[in-house]
Amino acid sequence: MSLLPYLVAAWLFLVGLYGIVTSRNLVHAITCLSVVQSSTYILLLAVGFERGGTAPIFLDVPVGTKAVDPVVGALTLTDIVVGATVSALLLALAVQVYKHHGTLDPERFRGEQD
Amino acid sequence: MGVVPALPVAVPLLLAAALVGLSPLIGRRQADTLALAGAVAVTALCAALLVDTAGGPVVYWFGGWTPRDGIALGVAFTVDPVGAGLATLAGVLATAALVYSWRIFEAVGTLYHALMLVFLAAIVGFCLSGDLFNMFVFYELLSVAAYALAGWRTEDPGSLRGALNFAMTNSVGGFLVLAGIALLYGRTGALNLAQLGQSLAGRPADRLVVVAFLLLMVGFFVKAAVVPFHFWLADAYALAPIPVGVLFAGVVSELGLYAFARVYWTVFSGPLPGGGSLRAVLLLGAVATALVGGVMCVLQRHLARMLAYATVSHVGLTLAGIALLRPDGLGGAVLYLVADGLVKGALFVSIGLVQHHLHEVDELALRGRGRHLPWTAALVVAGALGLAGVPPFGTFRGKALMEEAATAAGYPWLAVVFVAVAALTSAALLRAAGRVFFGAGGGTARPPPDDVPHPRVHPTLVGPAVVLLAAALAVGLEPGLVGRVEVAVERFTDQSGYAATVLQGTTGPDVAATPGGHPPSSLVLPAALAALSALLGLALALGALLPGRLPAGGLTWALRRAWDPTAAVLRALHSGNIGDSVTWLVVGMAGFGTLLALMVR
Repeated sequence: MSLLPYLVAAWLFLVGLYGIVTSRNLVHAITCLSVVQSSTYILLLAVGFERGGTAPIFLDVPVGTKAVDPVVGALTLTDIVVGATVSALLLALAVQVYKHHGTLDPERFRGEQD
Repeated sequence: MGVVPALPVAVPLLLAAALVGLSPLIGRRQADTLALAGAVAVTALCAALLVDTAGGPVVYWFGGWTPRDGIALGVAFTVDPVGAGLATLAGVLATAALVYSWRIFEAVGTLYHALMLVFLAAIVGFCLSGDLFNMFVFYELLSVAAYALAGWRTEDPGSLRGALNFAMTNSVGGFLVLAGIALLYGRTGALNLAQLGQSLAGRPADRLVVVAFLLLMVGFFVKAAVVPFHFWLADAYALAPIPVGVLFAGVVSELGLYAFARVYWTVFSGPLPGGGSLRAVLLLGAVATALVGGVMCVLQRHLARMLAYATVSHVGLTLAGIALLRPDGLGGAVLYLVADGLVKGALFVSIGLVQHHLHEVDELALRGRGRHLPWTAALVVAGALGLAGVPPFGTFRGKALMEEAATAAGYPWLAVVFVAVAALTSAALLRAAGRVFFGAGGGTARPPPDDVPHPRVHPTLVGPAVVLLAAALAVGLEPGLVGRVEVAVERFTDQSGYAATVLQGTTGPDVAATPGGHPPSSLVLPAALAALSALLGLALALGALLPGRLPAGGLTWALRRAWDPTAAVLRALHSGNIGDSVTWLVVGMAGFGTLLALMVR
């Protein structure tokens, strides 16, 4: 098993976090969040990958054929659905911010602070 | 009775879908009625499950995919009294919130009702799930519903900012949980909690297990708002609509603690037994959370923000009970969590009453304007006493059990933290009550706008607060409760018994119920400590309201010298920036990671 996908996952996670931390634009920050999430897709797929394995469809292959783990595929799909929901909702909030306050810079709109 | 455990999740989800589908056809009243009926049904179903699980956990395999030869194939709900109890608490709070919003919450269409039901369904699913990946899915579902509800008042920039910070930070927390799940799955090939625990038991923790533990712990601590993962909380909770705040402050943070406890005991207690060093790491987080939350609570003048920080501080107290990693500490934490959730729900409703009558939630601007609201005043003062853990509130019993467990575990000084924190949070509320309802202390004393008619007090507004406070009292007064909680946590913390129940279908070792709870230890000391907290709280509140009357001695001066810089630093740190909050998440994870690495080295 290669180390590469794990390194890529760690890199995506960190670079996405860096993007969120330094972002001055909400749409940019939300995209960075998606980058963070992509690292979990890669991590999941790497965990279930089998070198030389086929797709996990067992209708017409002999018993004992090597195949990648179907469970992580299902987990990744679920994760993608979750990601789409979160991004859609966050973007909707960003639209509301822009509509009401005319900016997308998280530093430029604040509520009453005490 | 044998309730199907999937029902309390399926019913509200179907109702929510129906509400959205029917939205052009039905009016506000019908939507209110349907949503309320859904919440009541969920509460009743969860309470029935709570009764069903008295003899041991109830395991429900979706689609009948039961384990073969001790290997879990399908996805399960594993319902035990702790999970079912938390789900019931969520149901009660949701019912109270919907009764409260019946009259005053301006919602367009049925989206608000549908979101509340989805939120409730996800909370219940999270509590009942026996599968780690399903816990993640419900975690995300409840979070998404919570983000939408937190940002409901889109015209308020603070509310949108809070919702965005909430969503960003908690999403990162969710991805940490998922990464932890992926690592555990890679190691064990399992997602069922019992199966995971069985695969990991019997071997000491290696690096992968510790990293997975760290990822899951931090992910759940973000939801629980443990310091330093709490920076998102205040704006999100305080600026959300009041009925939503009832659920947020009452149960959502506690879910993170529940998930941590569940995952620790079912999965990690084998490879990471509760030795002194793991305890010390967790207690560090707990005490920091309790104190930072307590001090920030006193520093607030926005009433809902005050409650938000009280939530942080009491999350710290509850975590202290869990962090002892002993059944008796967990038992105390469970009792405390339920009673405290009810008290905070009632307080949120009371703040809603202030806002409804006076159109203002700023303590200074409200000085003396609440004189004609004796009922609200009584509710706030009673809630403050509940936060202080005065008997007979349920918070008292939970705290007494936690103090006893702390002493038995060799951490008797935790009782001092408990007293200090209870004093701080109750002081903040008593000070606010003194200023708003009795006109004490200073304030900008904005003159009351005369043109605002004072709306009549209506039972659907006051009722929820009264009922929630009464429930918190009932938790403290019900005689058999401590014994049942002790049996429940005995089973909760028994990893092999849990695995046997889920995978083999055996009922597990019979836990002998001590009638009436543990051998009756003296309640004199806890009662004295509770009285001390309340008195200290009152003294602090009076000191803040009447600064001129303070004895001008060296003690006052020294306290002020210590307090002012601390307050200034804490205020500056709690900026509410998304970037800051995520930075602290990374810093906190690095800190916890370093401590864990030192521990297992």
